[in-house]
Amino acid sequence: MSTRPAWEEAPSLPGRLAKGLTLSFIAFVVLFPIYIVVLTSLSPAHAVNEAGGLVVVPNGFSFAAYQELFSGGVVSRSVLVSLGITAVGTAVSLLCTVLAAYGLSRPGSLFQRPLLFMILLTFLFTPGMIPSYLMVKSLGLIDSYWSLILPGAINAFNLVVMRAFFMNIPEDVPDSARIDGASEFRILTRIILPMSKGVTAVIGLFYAVGYWNAFFNAILYINDNTKWPLQLVMRQYVQQGQSLTLGSAVDTSVGGALPPNLAIQMAIVVLALLPVLFVYPFVQKHFTKGVIIGAVKG
Amino acid sequence: MLDNAERSGKDASTGPAGDLTSPAGTGAPAKRSRTSEKPPLGSRLRRDWQLLLMTVPAVGLLAVFHYIPTLGNVIAFQDYSPHVGIAESPWIGFANFQWLLTDQSFWDATLNTLTITAFQLVFYFPLPILLAILLDSVMNPRIRLFVQSIVYMPHFFSWVLVVTLFQQILGGAGLISQLLRANGYDGVDLMTDPDTFLLLVTAESVWKDAGWGTIIFLAALAAINPHLYEAAAVDGAGRWRRIWHITLPGLRPVIVLLLILRLGDALNVGFEQFFLQRDAVGREAAEVLDTFVYWRTLVTGEWSYGAAAGLVKGVVGLVLILVANKVAHRFGEQGIYKRS
Repeated sequence: MSTRPAWEEAPSLPGRLAKGLTLSFIAFVVLFPIYIVVLTSLSPAHAVNEAGGLVVVPNGFSFAAYQELFSGGVVSRSVLVSLGITAVGTAVSLLCTVLAAYGLSRPGSLFQRPLLFMILLTFLFTPGMIPSYLMVKSLGLIDSYWSLILPGAINAFNLVVMRAFFMNIPEDVPDSARIDGASEFRILTRIILPMSKGVTAVIGLFYAVGYWNAFFNAILYINDNTKWPLQLVMRQYVQQGQSLTLGSAVDTSVGGALPPNLAIQMAIVVLALLPVLFVYPFVQKHFTKGVIIGAVKG
Repeated sequence: MLDNAERSGKDASTGPAGDLTSPAGTGAPAKRSRTSEKPPLGSRLRRDWQLLLMTVPAVGLLAVFHYIPTLGNVIAFQDYSPHVGIAESPWIGFANFQWLLTDQSFWDATLNTLTITAFQLVFYFPLPILLAILLDSVMNPRIRLFVQSIVYMPHFFSWVLVVTLFQQILGGAGLISQLLRANGYDGVDLMTDPDTFLLLVTAESVWKDAGWGTIIFLAALAAINPHLYEAAAVDGAGRWRRIWHITLPGLRPVIVLLLILRLGDALNVGFEQFFLQRDAVGREAAEVLDTFVYWRTLVTGEWSYGAAAGLVKGVVGLVLILVANKVAHRFGEQGIYKRS
């Protein structure tokens, strides 16, 4: 409260109360669904039965749902698929984005304007669902994990943000290294990147979240359900309440042909939620500190 | 952005930066007389080849997955068959588009898309502005940061997750039905009700993205000169009058810009959110243009027809964005690209 300037009137009690209540309500609306999902996933079977569904008041504690999920089967497999795609995809995206952003960041370099124009133009139109599908198909990438990575690997917005950040680094910095005969790649990895940890972390997070949440590409390009990422499995088990048959073998680890029980469903939701919740606090401070705001003004 | 590059490009060619990495001799003859003309292509290539090489992966990926597929839209003018390919499929001119214009289900999907855009413009669009003003008025920086962290978070959740969470609260087996049943009433299932679908998808969008949407408004609020508030307060303007006469006018450029861009994006309401709920709610309420294209091609196999629908959506969308940007310039705003 100490930052209130002298000219500003002291807030009235009802005003403060109304503001506090509104903010608490907003926080509650965001957090409550997450709370009941986590709680239900950690509840033993009798608690779910007594509550008649979702558990709101804690009533016992059990890891059974998670043990069942991780005993092998569809869900643990899809978690591995999603983790792999996220790791490889983020690496590919970040590598290509950083390289191109640096390659286009030196004032007046050759072909910079046409290349930048070509990248910015991708903001204005998308190729369309069907031509994209046919392209992926003609490259033989249907049912390949690369179909989840390559088509969306470059986000023009992220590239432009990164380039704007590199251009804000004084030109003397890379120039002095050039005088010493350093290659551009060496300048990028040894000088520029260490100065750009924050923006790299945020853009890496954006890419990683995109890959972890990938659904559209998987729906289009992955027919083989043994290769499904977690988001598709979650849709099948939780949103549609159906079990999944892999090939001809019924998956027995998650309730066989029957729909999985509620605690297990909620545990799947928690698995989809967890990486985001885990990584978020580490990167959150960067975008409240203005990386994004600079980018938006960019 | 392009202007910027151009300007700094000129700065650089006047400075010594130009030929430092080029092999000895190439830069020497042209020495300091290059203020108006650029060095020859060969020497620039020798200087910048490493930088050009670095752009190859990204440019290549965009070419293969963005530019070349755009050309693939020609199948909209064919009777395309996946078995024979683009080269062998017969050309049928505008027949697909003629069918499209007389197809009631295409118009239904268009109408649904526009209804959702209009509804969200009224009931979604103002919320990030209000929330940003509310957050900006919180004096305690720790409380403010805490609430910010919470409201940004759902932006990072997938649509499957958001729809699933809503289903757990509002669905037939959800928390509200559970409470109603426990008290002897019938349950409700808001996840399958076409009549309330518009409200449902808007609520989902608000929950997921309204907090994230405050970022740009918070930046604009921080840019408002605090002396304006002080002067107004000294002149006797109360809290609400200051919001009305200083805060909102200060936000006007951003509001106008985002409003225009949203209108330019009117045909895009997102695929996943509607794809996920189309079956439960029914085609009448939940079919939008993107899901229409998906079902017509990947499910029923009418490739050229779906591509035609996608192309119509893409071209109309492009025109809308260009017009919206023009209007943004007319309002004196920057738009998504600058006028050169």
